[in-house]
Amino acid sequence: MTSSQHASYVRTEMLPESPPPLTESGIVKWVKENLFSGWINSLLTVVSLYVIYVCLSHIIPWVFQSVWNAGSLTECREIAQEAYGHTHGACWAVIKERWHQLLFGFYPQDLYWRPILAFLLMFVALAPILFDRVPRKLLFFTAIYPFLMIWLCWGGSIWGPVCAALGFVIGYFTLITLEKVAGSLIAIIGMFVVPVMWWLYLSGPVSEMLTSTLPIGLQAVGSKDIGGFMLSFIIGLSGIALSFPIGLLLALGRQSNLFIVKSICVGFIEFIRGVPLITLLFVASLLLGYFLPKEVTFDLIVRVIILVTLFAAAYMAEVIRGGLAALPRGQYEAADALGLDYWKSMRLIILPQALKISIPGIVSTFIGLFKDTVLVVFVGLQDPIGFSNLIRAATEWNGIYWELFVFIGACFFVCCFSMSRYSMYLERKLQTDHR
Amino acid sequence: MSDLAIDREVDRSNMQISDEVAIQITDMNKWYGSFHVLRDINLTVNRGERIVICGPSGSGKSTLIRCINRLEEHQKGQIIVDGTELTSDLKNIDKIRSEVGMCFQHFNLFPHLTILENCTLAPIWVRKTPKKEAEEVAMHFLEKVKIPEQALKYPGQLSGGQQQRVAIARSLCMKPRIMLFDEPTSALDPEMIAEVLDTMIELAEEGMTMLCVTHEMGFARKVANRVIFMDAGQIVEQNEPEEFFNNPQSDRTKLFLSQILGH
Ligand SMILES: Nc1ncnc2c1ncn2[C@@H]1O[C@H](COP(=O)(O)OP(=O)(O)OP(=O)(O)O)[C@@H](O)[C@H]1O
Ligand SMILES: [Mg+2]
Repeated sequence: MTSSQHASYVRTEMLPESPPPLTESGIVKWVKENLFSGWINSLLTVVSLYVIYVCLSHIIPWVFQSVWNAGSLTECREIAQEAYGHTHGACWAVIKERWHQLLFGFYPQDLYWRPILAFLLMFVALAPILFDRVPRKLLFFTAIYPFLMIWLCWGGSIWGPVCAALGFVIGYFTLITLEKVAGSLIAIIGMFVVPVMWWLYLSGPVSEMLTSTLPIGLQAVGSKDIGGFMLSFIIGLSGIALSFPIGLLLALGRQSNLFIVKSICVGFIEFIRGVPLITLLFVASLLLGYFLPKEVTFDLIVRVIILVTLFAAAYMAEVIRGGLAALPRGQYEAADALGLDYWKSMRLIILPQALKISIPGIVSTFIGLFKDTVLVVFVGLQDPIGFSNLIRAATEWNGIYWELFVFIGACFFVCCFSMSRYSMYLERKLQTDHR
Repeated sequence: MSDLAIDREVDRSNMQISDEVAIQITDMNKWYGSFHVLRDINLTVNRGERIVICGPSGSGKSTLIRCINRLEEHQKGQIIVDGTELTSDLKNIDKIRSEVGMCFQHFNLFPHLTILENCTLAPIWVRKTPKKEAEEVAMHFLEKVKIPEQALKYPGQLSGGQQQRVAIARSLCMKPRIMLFDEPTSALDPEMIAEVLDTMIELAEEGMTMLCVTHEMGFARKVANRVIFMDAGQIVEQNEPEEFFNNPQSDRTKLFLSQILGH
């Protein structure tokens, strides 16, 4: 007799806690369950295995039956014919001979240590931002890193970057002093106006004066010599670092109750999102020169960085807005009810949660920005794609494609894949909702 | 809407109502667009009063209570809290908000912070209390709501009743002089309702000025000194609990009570 025949049932004894059942393991069982669980499934498995075989049977010989030492494509083919009896293999010799151009452009070879040092220091600068176990004091280094990087890459007198950095310090002190004397609105305006005045009119003469009295510096390298992957990296990294705060402010501005702030933000975002990046890059290379005063000559790289940044910032703003909108209204209300003011509630309550929600989107935007840097080739900057064209233009390497693009692709892949893994790590680390 | 019997006797020795006015609302009106939610609200709350606000859904109870700490803005009339008038002056608003604690129906704990951080956040950032001291205060109040052992967990790991008690503790950490409750128990299972009500009773016993929107009539009878019935954005009737329940005057009140008490 089963208990279902009785309407009433009383448990006389409570069941003790028992461990969960052990899942059966074993490779045979796994294969059976996952690959051959039915005839359709088995068929699909066989077909997929065949496709994988076909792909690998072409790729593996191409990668491994290759030539590493040769002076030109023809030489490559001859060597391959001799060694393997066919010329399907890759000719990695081109990478071996030209890797430095793909990575550094026309940067003087004896100065390679400078971009490499800048690259290594980048990890030191990023560490305190990426991992919270790193001592907070390193953040100081993070703050000076951008100027250090510029100085290392472009060289020249140290006083240029120092004076540029001084602008930010001046802005900070303007904010603090004016806030005490004249109130926060004037202080915020001053925070922007005073440093801009400094950069426009004073920092140039001051740095010249300092250079003539105390000439500390590195050998200068012009922007036209900076190229290859290094250029992509400079543009990508600056774009990422700058577009995030701008995007954040735009997202907050778009949510604001202040009509003017809101309209400016909406207008900006919609304009940028409605225009292809490539047209903006042409604006950077041509039009910006007309609009800006004649004295202000911007480096093309700087102009491109500005527009790439603005472009990414608009997307960033929308991604972050998505995160803000996903937060329940109760979170805003609870923060308000505790007496936190707008900035504190944003910083402590709203943004940590909204940004956490938008991590995948933010990182996608970063990755997109980084990959979009190859578009600068169209305005005459020599990024890796530009150099692949240059290399192919040389008679000895005429006709070579795959090897160059595989190499460039691999470099981008390493960077983008690390970003994507980091974002997954971050998401897991920040998970506190335990749903 | 249970008429939950709260087992223990309520100790009324500290529940004294002083002459000092805590909240003064005069001729207050509020509209949502063209919809007139609150109409000519007049209400004076003295320090130490425990007021229960009830009424049918949509009658404007939440809106009224949220106007008191300016989560909603009123358009006409005057609200004075602790001697400070609520205007659009942000300084006044923040001052009042830090004096007035609020508990929500859905707790609204901060899910990315631990229980302890939830409780210390406002004292540290608004009151500028040193972290150590804020943590001591927070532990004191967590003990009071009987969940000190959960301090290092995250809100998502707690039951609804525990979360609501944390929310109460979080408000108390700001040492508010007035507490507002907006249906603190209506998202909870009966067992948890009892633990939250228990916490609220203890608070009342210590002489806290409280305004509660709730349908817990057992709580109203035992703890409140005044019950306010709202309908269609107006205060329809208010009275001492005994009178209110046993001898309601208005027809609307009678209808509401018969529905809610299930006669
Ligand atoms: N943000 C808003 N915009 C427009 N109308 C609103 C808004 N919030 C509330 N209302 C309306 O105002 C009226 C009063 O709402 P309120 O939330 O104060 O009711 P309540 O008495 O708390 O009801 P309940 O018991 O269901 O919580 C309702 O009719 C509601 O539809
Ligand atoms: Mg309500």
